[in-house]
Amino acid sequence: MDKNSPIPPRDDNYSDTESAWAVDVREAATRGMTQKASRKWWLAIALLSLMVLAGVYAWYYQLKHGMASAGYNDQAFWAVYIADVIAFIGVSYGGAVISAILRLTGQSWRAPLTRIAEGMALATVIVGAMFIFPHLGRPERFMNIVYYANWSSPLVWDFLAILTYTVATIIFFYIPLIPDLAIVNRHLGSSNSPMRRKIYSALSLNWMGNKRQRRLLHGSLTLISLVIIPLAVSVHSVLSWAFALTSRPGWAETVFPPYFVIAALYSGTALVIVTAAAFRSGYKLQRFITQRHFVRIGYLMAALGLVYLYLTFADMATEGYTGITTGWITQTITGRYSIPFWIYVLFGELIPIVVVAFKKFRNIKGLTFAAGGVVVALWIKRLVIVLPPATQPLIGSYWGAYHFTWVSITITLAGAAAVPLILMVMFRLIPILSIEEMEEAGPIGSIEQISEKTEKYQDKLLAGGRNLEHVKQKTPSGGLQMSGVDPIGPQTTLAVNPTVNPGGFSINPGEIR
Amino acid sequence: MIPNGEVSRRNLLKLIGKGAAATVAAGVGVELLTYRAYAQSNSTTTPNGLGTNGNMTPGMAAAMADPAAPPDHQWAMVIDLRNCDGCGSCTAACQKAHYLTPDQTWIKVFAMSNNDGQTYHMPRPCMQCEDPPCLHVCPVEATFRTDQGVVLVNQDRCIGCRMCMAACPYEARYFNWTADVQYPTTPIPPTPQAPIPQKLGTVGKCTFCVGNLNNGLLSECASGCPMGAIYNADLKTDVAVNGLGSTVKLSTFLYNNDAVTFYPEQNTHPRVWYIVGHGQNLDTNSTTA
Repeated sequence: MDKNSPIPPRDDNYSDTESAWAVDVREAATRGMTQKASRKWWLAIALLSLMVLAGVYAWYYQLKHGMASAGYNDQAFWAVYIADVIAFIGVSYGGAVISAILRLTGQSWRAPLTRIAEGMALATVIVGAMFIFPHLGRPERFMNIVYYANWSSPLVWDFLAILTYTVATIIFFYIPLIPDLAIVNRHLGSSNSPMRRKIYSALSLNWMGNKRQRRLLHGSLTLISLVIIPLAVSVHSVLSWAFALTSRPGWAETVFPPYFVIAALYSGTALVIVTAAAFRSGYKLQRFITQRHFVRIGYLMAALGLVYLYLTFADMATEGYTGITTGWITQTITGRYSIPFWIYVLFGELIPIVVVAFKKFRNIKGLTFAAGGVVVALWIKRLVIVLPPATQPLIGSYWGAYHFTWVSITITLAGAAAVPLILMVMFRLIPILSIEEMEEAGPIGSIEQISEKTEKYQDKLLAGGRNLEHVKQKTPSGGLQMSGVDPIGPQTTLAVNPTVNPGGFSINPGEIR
Repeated sequence: MIPNGEVSRRNLLKLIGKGAAATVAAGVGVELLTYRAYAQSNSTTTPNGLGTNGNMTPGMAAAMADPAAPPDHQWAMVIDLRNCDGCGSCTAACQKAHYLTPDQTWIKVFAMSNNDGQTYHMPRPCMQCEDPPCLHVCPVEATFRTDQGVVLVNQDRCIGCRMCMAACPYEARYFNWTADVQYPTTPIPPTPQAPIPQKLGTVGKCTFCVGNLNNGLLSECASGCPMGAIYNADLKTDVAVNGLGSTVKLSTFLYNNDAVTFYPEQNTHPRVWYIVGHGQNLDTNSTTA
């Protein structure tokens, strides 16, 4: 939110300021809401719904036959479901914090990504919280945690933290939606059903787009962005204390809170990439979400991945060196948990680092593949955090074992299917792009509009100095023009349609990347 | 830790008598009788010493006379590892009396090896910690500690999160994982003191057979131990009795035999003491349970 950006004051009459850019944004953002769903979409919905239903049946089976049917036993008392809780709430946290940080630091290029990231955060926190129920032996007594709360229990803190964070995520998702719903109502007009129109206009809180409203919107957005970051840190710290406040070697680690927080950020960033890639191709948003978005988030992901690698090492180094309680470390690195652990090292660390490091792989395909690997590898890593200390013997030397059953696998897959299901339905009801933010940013985001083809030229140009005449893009309807290109001095000036951003601006291509 | 109380002769005699009776009853193996005595004895007291139904106990009468009166007993246990040969009778007796599945070893006999590589056996009941980690981490206060120093689980409140299993340093807690168990139908609903039958999806653990103790009977494991390795003890009266009927002054017994607690570094202050040594000197050929 650049205070100095010369945004023209608006009235309720939108057509005054409706630039060609805005028209394009609105069209793209509401595409999912207006167009008839394709057969592919329905097929995907049917498949995902089936997976979710299968999970519900598996849960019913587990309730009826007991948790032994999910592979649990007294020496593997915590296993896959708690790993699911951490993994899903973790990615949610990542999505929300990435969006919040980019907002606070005024990264205007984030505009096309925020709705997807925040929607992903909302969908995953709901699913993550749901995994608490199959984790419990007596889910029907869940409310006891309210009636008989024991304040010395980390799980009560967990409950409060997750609840607060969920509410904050909903608010964080809703506030940028306020202007968008008003815009959608205007944009879609009578093509929208009267019922929907009513709901949208109620939810948009009589948004006119005047100065005062915009000031309020920006203020509250900044506030919730500021609030959600420490909140998310606290949620994952508290989640880690459910482990770290026991006396089990391997769990009772001081490094656990930051360890969990970074894992959450890391996997969340990765899922932002995967989600953005999926909806980019599904909703044909190539013009708005470009390779540069992926590369930037990819850098963030790789940096977080390195921090996580460092913390993983730090976690094992101290105990491993002194050798006091090394059973779980030995089992993790060379023993019964070594295969999942090294899968994490390969897909969770090596591949993403290589993909981001080498230009050859640093494209949408490569980054999406790496990010997908990170999401799965980090789920596996959570399991490797949970299981070795849980199954280790505290007395004697007999190791317990957790065995996957169809019940736990089906329930976990149901959760994994519920996230895209929620998102796909969600983006048929609300715009997939944050219209207001994108219009405000103007085609700033449109440095991204330089198509991938152009990028190649530009790279060549920066490397070898070819004339940028070739690069001159056909102006996108928003009115982006490239002019005055100096092939040697990398000073690319973009003159922008003054109605959108009267100030204009210039960008150094060195900064774009 | 060990109070220097005097042995009350009355209590001592009572304990000996009831202990012998329990041993006989267990030996005869009248299951129903055992169960009924058990259930009735357990139904009479709740954690605060007040009865729910059934007969009045001495403890209840005392509680009614003076609500502020301190409890008559502070239950504890001594396990003399010198006498344990690892036969597993304690586990069997416990499982039989509480209708547990074979996995649910509320008292479990571990085969351990000492520094010389020799094997010894160590029964591990719930330590009835004075500062129990399981109690602190329970989100719904389903785990509580009675004024007699016994840690119990309210299985009607437990949500089955298993945080207590993660927190217990002694692995003394057991979950009811499966519904494919034949539970007995009981005339009296289960209580924290006598959780019979166990409830699916909740956590259970050793109750110290506190109902037995309050009625002058020994715990099932103590009366079931043919070697007399397990002593039920009372810190208040400073007495300890095993299943063979030998009665000792608790404080002297612990002091003279260098008794230790398990994992003292955890600062849980267990109420179970071990007298170290191992059972292979007993020249038995039994194996690990």
